Amino acid sequence: MVSRTKPAAALLLAGALLAAAGCSGGGGTAGGGEEAKPPSDPKSVSGDITVLTNRSDLVQNGTMKKYAAEFRKTYPKVKVEFETATDYEGEIKTRMNTEDYGDVLLIPNTVSKGDYPKFFASLGPEKDLVKTHRFTDKTEVKGKVYGIATFGAATGFVYNKAVWKKAGVTDWPKTPDAFIAALKKIKSKTGATPYYTNFKDGWPLTNWTNFLGSPTCDAQANNKLAASDDPWQGSLKTVDTLLHDIVKNKVSEKDPTTTNWEKSKGQLAKGDIATMALGSWAISQIQAAAKQAGANPDDIGFLPFPAQSDGKFCSMLIPDYQQAVNIHSEHKEAARAWIDWMAEKSGYAQTEQAVSVLKKDPMPAALKDYTAGGVRYVPLSNAKFEQVSAIDNASEVGLNKQDYRQRVIDLARGAKSGSLTALLDELAGKWADARGEVGP
Amino acid sequence: MRTAPARKHTWRRQVTPWLFLAAPLALLVTFTYVPVASLIDYSFTDWDGVSPTRSYVGAENYTELFTDADRFQVFFVSVYYLVASAVQIVLALYFAVILSFSTRFRNLFKGILFFPYLINGVAIGFVFLYFFQDGGTLDSVLGLFGYEGDRAWLGSPESANTSLAAVSVWRYMGLNFVLFLGAIQSIPGEQYEAAELDGASRWQQFRYLIAPGIKPVISLTVILSVSGSLSVFEIPYIMTGGATDTQTFVIQTVKLAFQFNKTGLASASAIVLLALVLLVTWLQRRLVPDEKAELT
Repeated sequence: MVSRTKPAAALLLAGALLAAAGCSGGGGTAGGGEEAKPPSDPKSVSGDITVLTNRSDLVQNGTMKKYAAEFRKTYPKVKVEFETATDYEGEIKTRMNTEDYGDVLLIPNTVSKGDYPKFFASLGPEKDLVKTHRFTDKTEVKGKVYGIATFGAATGFVYNKAVWKKAGVTDWPKTPDAFIAALKKIKSKTGATPYYTNFKDGWPLTNWTNFLGSPTCDAQANNKLAASDDPWQGSLKTVDTLLHDIVKNKVSEKDPTTTNWEKSKGQLAKGDIATMALGSWAISQIQAAAKQAGANPDDIGFLPFPAQSDGKFCSMLIPDYQQAVNIHSEHKEAARAWIDWMAEKSGYAQTEQAVSVLKKDPMPAALKDYTAGGVRYVPLSNAKFEQVSAIDNASEVGLNKQDYRQRVIDLARGAKSGSLTALLDELAGKWADARGEVGP
Repeated sequence: MRTAPARKHTWRRQVTPWLFLAAPLALLVTFTYVPVASLIDYSFTDWDGVSPTRSYVGAENYTELFTDADRFQVFFVSVYYLVASAVQIVLALYFAVILSFSTRFRNLFKGILFFPYLINGVAIGFVFLYFFQDGGTLDSVLGLFGYEGDRAWLGSPESANTSLAAVSVWRYMGLNFVLFLGAIQSIPGEQYEAAELDGASRWQQFRYLIAPGIKPVISLTVILSVSGSLSVFEIPYIMTGGATDTQTFVIQTVKLAFQFNKTGLASASAIVLLALVLLVTWLQRRLVPDEKAELT
């Protein structure tokens, strides 16, 4: 951009910001309190509904259309249309400044939880839904639930069993040190890259935050952050130290700055990469990549964070996007019917090999190793989601953003000088300041 | 009978230019002035970018910006781009002068030099990611000459910023080149002939004929380069996302707005950048007054 036109660049930025600003808050005028009730009679409910989704892959290959057709068998008068957004967060956030953001949408992470009642119709009291559904506390405002997750995922590392076996590691490492020792063995005994950070694409690094609570088997780990001046006193420090040490011990890829996520899937499938920290949602994708590359999909395994509590590994259950009903929707019943049908009847979670939102459903086939290995599933409570994200944004720490982990990696590989402790202390300082600002 | 059509003509004559102007003016107002006005408006609020409510906080965003030195540290990165633009101007000038003389294949070279400017910045970002990859194009080309191709070009802050600035030079040199070339070609040909008759060397022709002749264009280019260096965005954003100390002021602003929901603060940042660029332009005009180029 060395010689771009005059202030035009600044104006362009102004334009971009404005695009985000849209028509400055025309939407969300309703005071809330409206409820999208499930229809009593599937035959009578009618209307065309628009569903906004981030899964452009499933819309393009027709999978979503099949779901819609299946849905229509039960609800003959409802027609479902899909709209996708590649940059889901950015585009939908902008659209939410108007009233036109579909009938059903995935709640963007940037929307503050306190604003849910202004944007979405309630889906009923939490005390009822919590009996049957997982993850309800994430969207609960004043006792009411505003979104139901499409599915959830368990945390862990996707790994290539064949490569690990070739290096002579067959048991899951039980401590971070053992984990690094295993990666070192892989480096010396196989040609594979023991660990791949996906530094360039960045978002895979946010999977490390999902391990929050995993080393200590603590379902309340996230809630505790709201009351803590130093998020790195607990399990998060164990997590970041492991990432730091992996890079420091040079058991990760040589040049992290030019990594490529799409390519890495195939490399993991073929055994050029041994391990990546990803959610259980990734298992089916890597297995598909293995099939495509002519490798054995059964080689793709999933292993828990290397720490035990009471002799057991723990894996956190984390919800994916939650579906909600637009408060301005004219077909709230139909919209609600779609959300419930997707969660309960569609088999979507099973097909995606994800953790179903219904408590009664069994764990997916992708997690059979976990079940066999006696891994404890700990659903992470998100009751204090709003406070935690308010502090996170105010402090600009970005627990769920890639930036601070990229700094951890830069430190570890010596691109920048300093120590991990100093970096985490600096972040903790910002966190504490912001907590004072935001208030309880 | 005669006057009526004449009056009609004057009326028409008055309205016609406005009709022609209506479309561009409407576009300009809608997409430039109204957004900038709202941007200024947002910069005085605590808006998070999506909430239907926002409250006015006075100049708080600006106070926060100016009391936090960290936020201006990113301008250090601009130094890389400033140095790069100096290199870029010299190179562009060099090529423009060479190709303004009768060189073999001049049109081909002109095309080659200008071509990168026509490519979309995002595409350039992706192309150069492969270029700088471990064992990528750059490494293999260096390998042909016997250099060990084993370097993380985007690995350290210095190397990454230099590489990114180099990409920027590659992209924008063509534009500078074309501006210079146009200016040089507007110098009457007789003057070259006269200079040649007087026995002026190529360097003397450049020093006493071309350089003074294109001075206004050079000073314009410098302004563009300085303001461009302050507002670098797409190449580092696509290639590194601001990691490894390659974050520029604009990247920081975008992150404030879209990652941390501080739209108010981000709007204030954007206004500050705008003001800064205007200030640099003004300073430049004061220091180097835009005198008429005189060729005597």
